[in-house]
Amino acid sequence: MIRALQDVATAEQAVRGGAGETPAAESPPAKIKVSHLDFYYGAARALHDINLTLLDRSITAFIGPSGCGKSTLLRVINRMYSLYPGHRATGEVLLDGENILAPSIDVASLRFRVGMVFQKPTPFPMSVFDNVAFGLRLSQRIPRRELTERVEAALRDAALWEEVKDKLSQDGRSLSGGQQQRLCVARTVAVHPEVVLFDEPTAALDPISTLRIEETLQSLRERYCIAIVTHNLQQAARVSNVTAFMYLGELIEVGPTEQMFTAPRERRTDDYITGRFG
Amino acid sequence: MNRNRRLLRKLTNGASLALSAVATAIGLTCLAAILWTLFKSGFSALSASVFTQMTPPPGSMGGLLNAIYGSLAMTVIGMLLGAPIGILAGTYLAEYGRDSRLAVVIRFINDVLLSAPSIIVGLFIYEIVVVPMGHFSAIAGALALAVIAIPVTVRTTEDMLRLVPQGMKDASTALGAYPWRTTVSVIYPAARSGVVTGLLLAVARVSGETAPLLFTALNNQFWSTKLSAPIANLPVVIYQFAQSPYEEWQRLAWVGALLITLAILVLSVTARVLIAALQPQARAP
Repeated sequence: MIRALQDVATAEQAVRGGAGETPAAESPPAKIKVSHLDFYYGAARALHDINLTLLDRSITAFIGPSGCGKSTLLRVINRMYSLYPGHRATGEVLLDGENILAPSIDVASLRFRVGMVFQKPTPFPMSVFDNVAFGLRLSQRIPRRELTERVEAALRDAALWEEVKDKLSQDGRSLSGGQQQRLCVARTVAVHPEVVLFDEPTAALDPISTLRIEETLQSLRERYCIAIVTHNLQQAARVSNVTAFMYLGELIEVGPTEQMFTAPRERRTDDYITGRFG
Repeated sequence: MNRNRRLLRKLTNGASLALSAVATAIGLTCLAAILWTLFKSGFSALSASVFTQMTPPPGSMGGLLNAIYGSLAMTVIGMLLGAPIGILAGTYLAEYGRDSRLAVVIRFINDVLLSAPSIIVGLFIYEIVVVPMGHFSAIAGALALAVIAIPVTVRTTEDMLRLVPQGMKDASTALGAYPWRTTVSVIYPAARSGVVTGLLLAVARVSGETAPLLFTALNNQFWSTKLSAPIANLPVVIYQFAQSPYEEWQRLAWVGALLITLAILVLSVTARVLIAALQPQARAP
């Protein structure tokens, strides 16, 4: 833990800047370390020299105006970008010390460890049960009994179990939008990833569904390293421990959420969170 | 001045509307006339013996059983050969090739094939199957129908797979699925009714084809289930019987035409129902 802190300037910052009741020694270890990351869509450069640490058992919120590179950064961490020709990342992204940008990395295995929930709910055209079991069945042969248990556990994690326990065989697409999104959360956590990336998970949801997702986030925090991109500043303030502000492809400032929203060091952060930004 | 302009615009509008209405009326009248003649002559000649007896020699009574069987058999075999190729090629274009140079070329050739006259397909199979075998055969007919079904299936499969939201594919990939797994477990189920619709349309297309069968399956007056022998089939029977001077043959030709029309009608309606069932899914996120 001490070593992690020494490694990681931003984590150290986060802890120092935090409120007095969080002593440095209790800060969780670093899970992901991004250094000198540049990203290109063809010739267009979307990320400029990003340096950042994501802590384990913490929620890091990414805020910033549209097109600032938040989602791009998220899509680097699970290598989603490698689906698209011409998208290219340089620099280093270390997951537990291993560079996931290295060509030798098996992206499918990486994505077992780094899950992602998207903006739009995307239930698969199959039953609620099969939706959640989808990832589990990809990686291993699991006995039916254990599979049933893990599906239930995942649905409980996503606070969806009580609503769907009697309709596990129904098509996942028959659920409401908010339920669909929690189904996607359950599907993602069912495989027990180490990191979960949320790309504007509540942008398409009503306030009550949003609240549910936020509660789910809080309960997942104890076990996962979580990153969330959001346009909703109150949401960032409510759910995250650490907030990172991005602008025009650069990481402007990162710090404990409370400090970022009350006393940011950067003028541009202040302008953005107070709504003075274009 | 202004008033005149307004009058002119009104007149132009009225004239355009009237012309469109007349054009529509002409089209619909032709269609109605065709259907009315077909139904009148077809239903009046329809009887149980059509489904129980073979095509008769001139001047005697008979049915269409061998032709119905031959048409069904060749359509089924043709689709069994053509559908997998069409679906896999469509999958390649939609999921793997996308906008690569090879995919663009394949797509172009497929479009050419789609609009190629079917008689050319018949001649092609005649050259590569009938001539080496030395005689006409059911399997040659089935192959010709397969070649006609493939481009239709390729096109509809690709279109339907492309309707599946990218987000769904991304979600599967983000769970650690390899592309083939995403295709088989997520994209195919999502596009199932669309792909099936494409297959039905392909069946509808091939079941009325006459020209390619003239050069391949030819015809057979008797009951035959041998794939290596010429086989009777509705389109060619219609073609021959309708031109004949024998009244009994002409009546059977009408019945055959009626059966094909009804079959295509049923297939098209089923396809439309399936498409309607697919639409809300395709729109949902």
